[in-house]
Amino acid sequence: MSLLRAPMHTGDHRKIDLPFAPGVAESLRAGELVHLSGTMYTGRDQTHRRLCALLDEGRELPVDLNGQILYYVGPSPARPGRVVGAAGPTTSYRMDAYTPRLLDLGLKATLGKGPRSMPVRQAMKKHKAVYLATFGGAGALLSGCICAVSLVAFADAGPEAMFRFEVVDFPAVVINDAAGNDLYEEIALKNRGVA
Amino acid sequence: MKIIEAEAVTDAVRRMAVDAAHHLEPDILDALLAARDRETSPLAKNVLGMLIVNADIASRELIPACQDTGICTVFLTLGQEVTIRGGLMEAIQHGVRLGYEEGFLRKSVCDPVTRINTGTNVPAVVHIEVEPGDRCRLALLPKGCGSENMSGLQMLPPSAGIRGAMDFVVDTVVGAGPNPCPPLVVGVGMGGTFEKAAFMAKKSLLRPVGKAGEREDVARIEAELLERINREGRGVLGFGGCNTALAVHVDVCPTHIASLPVAVNIQCHSHRHKQVDL
Repeated sequence: MSLLRAPMHTGDHRKIDLPFAPGVAESLRAGELVHLSGTMYTGRDQTHRRLCALLDEGRELPVDLNGQILYYVGPSPARPGRVVGAAGPTTSYRMDAYTPRLLDLGLKATLGKGPRSMPVRQAMKKHKAVYLATFGGAGALLSGCICAVSLVAFADAGPEAMFRFEVVDFPAVVINDAAGNDLYEEIALKNRGVA
Repeated sequence: MKIIEAEAVTDAVRRMAVDAAHHLEPDILDALLAARDRETSPLAKNVLGMLIVNADIASRELIPACQDTGICTVFLTLGQEVTIRGGLMEAIQHGVRLGYEEGFLRKSVCDPVTRINTGTNVPAVVHIEVEPGDRCRLALLPKGCGSENMSGLQMLPPSAGIRGAMDFVVDTVVGAGPNPCPPLVVGVGMGGTFEKAAFMAKKSLLRPVGKAGEREDVARIEAELLERINREGRGVLGFGGCNTALAVHVDVCPTHIASLPVAVNIQCHSHRHKQVDL
């Protein structure tokens, strides 16, 4: 069966509140379109490097990631009167080296674009965590789903700092579900030779 | 002799930097619209629609089309009869610096060793080519690194032939999967030397999207590459369909008898480029 069971043109999306209520992340299925509302934390290369450095030193993280979703984004600066600039996803594989450690801490979901490494996929399966992709290069559109932004940590990293976003109906597609399915893999296998 | 003040160069670069981030050019918008019309996958068709809406929001509300407002490459074609009054290189860098500040663009340039952000989005990479006459053409290509990171170069043996070169291009693009934000514009440089191939690959991105190469045999290679890439069916953002690439541009240059350099510079659908003649 195709994992593409919820094409967006039908408006057939599932509304998800963040952080996840117990059991919700596990119930997501690869190929599902979701609209996320609530709190998400952000982090990209530098934030990941620094979070793991804190763990190496046995220190506490600036935020408890247990049950949370981490969005891979480095937003552009907000113009006066706006909460944020463009805020689309960055490529996720660059965070692969760090992700299993954060999943060990209870991180429930990550959000970015592009496929994950096998170790990350295995760690997600082990922890019943999920990976979602949002729409790369749609930073202006996605900006409109973010209604509040606050700085959490690593201000000196500039666009690579860690922020907290309050989002409403932020669109995403489930790529890896807790059962171990992978949407990109399925599409690559299914669609070869379509053109 | 034509005299151009360095300040005019700064001002042109500044304006191009701000405009590029917010206003996609008609060539890429038309290519996205055409892709949406021919798309067969409902999900990919919907995403193409979102990308077109995104470009419209960017332009109307002055939010960058993509948060990765890129590292800038500036191509300056300088007529021999043009004199720039003032420091040319600094004038270009200053234009980038001003544009990124004034446009609320993301500063994404950092030291490769310390990873400390320069805070200004400079230095930009600058290429200058000299030609006869009194034209002074500035082109700006701010490029995100989701796509730049997926680029590749190979020094093939001549025995690999044009088939081997084409396989390398297709493998590079298909292997990149959803990472570089397809639908892509694929720039290819074939021949020359190691650095010339990379330069040609990047510079070919300045061509209007889909404009065929001047040599007939090269244009045939472009068409075949596009067909082969799209036949793999990875599609828009990796969601399947027939639009992994919008165009393949190939530039060629004579090379050494022992060599066949091939460079592939991948550009995302947010193909931002501006050009002005001073």
